[in-house]
Amino acid sequence: MEALLSLFVRSIFIENMALSFFLGMCTFLALSKKIEAALSLGIAVTVVMAITVPANNLIYHYLLADGALAWAGFPELNLSFLGLLSYIGVIAAIVQILEMFLDKFIPSLYNALGVFLPLITVNCAILGGVLFMVEREYHFAQSVVFGVGSGLGWALAIVALAGIREKLKYSDVPEGLQGLGITFISAGLMALGFMSFGGIDI
Amino acid sequence: MQTIKETLTGPIIKNNPIALQILGICSALAVTSSMRVTLVMCIALTLVTAFSSMFISAIRNHIPSSIRIIVQMVIIASLVIVVDQFLRAYAFNISKQLSVFVGLIITNCIVMGRAEAYAMSNPPVASFVDGIGNGLGYSAMLIAVALVREPLGAGKLLGFEVLPLVTDGGWYVPNGLLLLPPSAFFIVGGFIWALRSVRKEQAEKAEFKLARHTAVGEGA
Repeated sequence: MEALLSLFVRSIFIENMALSFFLGMCTFLALSKKIEAALSLGIAVTVVMAITVPANNLIYHYLLADGALAWAGFPELNLSFLGLLSYIGVIAAIVQILEMFLDKFIPSLYNALGVFLPLITVNCAILGGVLFMVEREYHFAQSVVFGVGSGLGWALAIVALAGIREKLKYSDVPEGLQGLGITFISAGLMALGFMSFGGIDI
Repeated sequence: MQTIKETLTGPIIKNNPIALQILGICSALAVTSSMRVTLVMCIALTLVTAFSSMFISAIRNHIPSSIRIIVQMVIIASLVIVVDQFLRAYAFNISKQLSVFVGLIITNCIVMGRAEAYAMSNPPVASFVDGIGNGLGYSAMLIAVALVREPLGAGKLLGFEVLPLVTDGGWYVPNGLLLLPPSAFFIVGGFIWALRSVRKEQAEKAEFKLARHTAVGEGA
């Protein structure tokens, strides 16, 4: 239990997807102009990560890993080279299903998330989370905690950056540094701030 | 119709994918603390972009537009699997260092972006050249960042000593910050600033402008 709690805190703060692994940067920089938009995107990413990371964990352990197909009578088979293709397929499928489900049952949330849902398929934070899960050999419970934690961490980072950018309009930024340049530098300062969580260990 | 040469060299400075199109930033920052890893990443990305653009362009008239994203994904993912297996077989150490970032070429926006923006409406050869050009633009930015980070952070470049470190009896005290993630943000931000100061047309319009400062008593 303690190990899981520690993993949760680590995936939110210390190993923050956006600020220490630079995952999901494209959407992170492009869609962080308004706090509301950033918040809906953050929620969407958290939900999708909380579903896809455990789902891919099951697929990896029961279909793809070395000897995983023993239950079907193929103990020699190692399909792990198909990993990348199946992970991205699962992510795309889950995003699609989630979109249809929300459209049918929770239209208000569907309208709030709107255009962001399809974008999530190509968000590297999701695929990155799945690949880290495989590389670090998490078991199922760990993968659930890791998925939720890193989703929350990413959401926290994008909302914080959107907050900073909303305030940036009151500052006199040199020409040429306007827009993308100053966003990079503020994200760098945020990353420095997040590094101070480095020593925390529960 | 652009000439081949323009398609190839345009993205390097004039229309750089990282600095101007805001594509493919994720991996640009993460792998640049060491030059060797950076070079492998650049080659891998350039090849994947070029070939995926070529294949997608070759079948562009047969892809129904409602499922085109999935078709593009499958083509890109297959190419990335080839690259990944190749690296594991012939350069295992580098593949370990790159860890998940080889797999993340799939969701690298440059590959998808070029497939969607260029390959879907142009013939295969032009798409191939466009892919190489954008890959080179990405590489130019990455190599520039790595050129700053590795020598100043570790005193070495590709394993050769550039700045002799104090710990080895030299004079240079390494700046550890440059090996840590946040430095990449500052360096890329700085490059974008430099690029946009030289080429003014790339600068973004300010959304809000402060009123001109007036001395007390002068205006009112």
